[in-house]
Amino acid sequence: MAVLEAKNLGIAFGGLRALQDVQFSIGEKEIIGLIGPNGAGKTTVFNLLTDVYVPTEGTITLENQNIVGKKTYQITQGGISRTFQNIRLFKDISVIDNVKIAMNFQMKYSVLSGIFRLPAYRREEERVDKRAHELLQVFNLDEKSEDLAKNLPYGQQRKLEIARALATNPKVLLLDEPAAGMNPTETKELMETIRLIRDRFGIAILLIEHDMNFVMGICERIYVLDYGKVIAEGNPEEIRNNPRVITAYLGGE
Amino acid sequence: MKQKKWIPNVIILVLVLALYILLSVLISANIINPYYSGILTMVCINVILAVSLNLATGFLGQLVLGHAGFMSVGAYSAALFTMYSGLPTVVSFPLALLVGGIVAAAFGVIIGVPALRLKGDYLAILTLGFGEIIRVLILAMPFTGGAAGLSGIPLLTTFTYVFIIAIITVAVIFAFIHSRHGRAVIAIREDEIAAEAAGIHTTYYKLLAFVLAAFFAGIAGGLYAHHIGVLDPSKFDFNYSVEILIMVVLGGMGSITGSIVAAIVLTLLPELLRGFSEYRMLIYSVILICVMLFKPSGLLGQHELSLTKILNKFRGKKAETKKEA
Repeated sequence: MAVLEAKNLGIAFGGLRALQDVQFSIGEKEIIGLIGPNGAGKTTVFNLLTDVYVPTEGTITLENQNIVGKKTYQITQGGISRTFQNIRLFKDISVIDNVKIAMNFQMKYSVLSGIFRLPAYRREEERVDKRAHELLQVFNLDEKSEDLAKNLPYGQQRKLEIARALATNPKVLLLDEPAAGMNPTETKELMETIRLIRDRFGIAILLIEHDMNFVMGICERIYVLDYGKVIAEGNPEEIRNNPRVITAYLGGE
Repeated sequence: MKQKKWIPNVIILVLVLALYILLSVLISANIINPYYSGILTMVCINVILAVSLNLATGFLGQLVLGHAGFMSVGAYSAALFTMYSGLPTVVSFPLALLVGGIVAAAFGVIIGVPALRLKGDYLAILTLGFGEIIRVLILAMPFTGGAAGLSGIPLLTTFTYVFIIAIITVAVIFAFIHSRHGRAVIAIREDEIAAEAAGIHTTYYKLLAFVLAAFFAGIAGGLYAHHIGVLDPSKFDFNYSVEILIMVVLGGMGSITGSIVAAIVLTLLPELLRGFSEYRMLIYSVILICVMLFKPSGLLGQHELSLTKILNKFRGKKAETKKEA
């Protein structure tokens, strides 16, 4: 059964049709790659999924619920969580608070209980504190929980962003170029982390990536975008040998 | 390693109480004369204003230039309430302050809904416009006394009142900031897009922080009205909004204790410099310029003066939270 499904998805910016007739579906616990040359519309797909842009046509369903027209924060609360191409952390606050912010909507206490420190405040804060530390342990970030996010090295900032996205308890995780700027060792480590996330949290993952070794090594299925259209779909082997994909990347006669 | 969490809180409570008793004894023994106790009252009112503005500007990260506008709304509503409610003053004064706060908060909602779609400079200009509109409206309304001012307001603001309310304001805003709601507000300052993507209802939290700030500005206005006894719209002009903003910037945006320190210093400074009459504003400005040159993030930056940290240092232990490098 598909967790996330897009049908006939399209968006036009003025006269420019950035995406048209995009179809894809992501099953439970699948790791899916979204690749394509620069400007193909990959990040735009993510932006449509998270209501940064509103599609001009088509539908997006999360567990058979239409999410087009919902606000970004509602989509996140509904189960689609994302990271950004250029890391967007809450830089001047602690690592642990970065994670706790993403758990905000799962905490149930009012403004007044917060101000007067009622029992609900203590109970919920303790619960979330425990969960946030557990999540940081998965990414080996727990010993830095009190550091400011901006003081983490680059690779750990990427990890923290993923941890923050997972803190919202997503059903689908969208990763926008998670391996960008990483060296081969870090990339390999990231592949293991992503598999671990899928197994441990039982979620589906859709990722955009330019590093072909990474994509081919980790994705079970791949969609290829070119000029706003899906030109190929299949497992890594099929994509590698697809003539249209080769033409899109290397050019044809 | 961790000491009991409540110990610093108890020490703070004792210190605040001791300060209160000391000041009230000095006032009642007339060692602090009415002139100086009047300045102390203004210090407390400015602490309320600076700390509440810091919520909107330092923690939410929105430049607000109309804080005096909210204050004036609170001042006039509270004053009119005590003058016309006919209740005994014991009841009417606390109620009037609450009314002042609520009316200011209501204006906060009215202004906030359209204004908070904007950011940075645009929001600043809009709130500036709001402050001026309020001033002009007060001039035009029949029940405010217009340009002649509203006089005959009973002088009900005592040192006890203003001190306790200042403490409550600081405590409430501190507790708010250190709850999940405060974290959400800070997340918006840090990165609004990421906050929204993390499931934060950003519009709601922006409005919440803005309205809370307006509420306390309204209460400060009520205290001010019953301290001076006469309200004149020109007092609440753009300059006063800027003065409060300077306190926030000087103390450090995002530092409650910084705002308190700055409000105290910047209220006392002009009074202390009275002896130098013509050089007064010059010295005041030079101090501001120096702070901005040598410590652009304000006296305390985003840090708080924390008793826990001081205690830890005192015991030769490493402070629990590492300072940023």
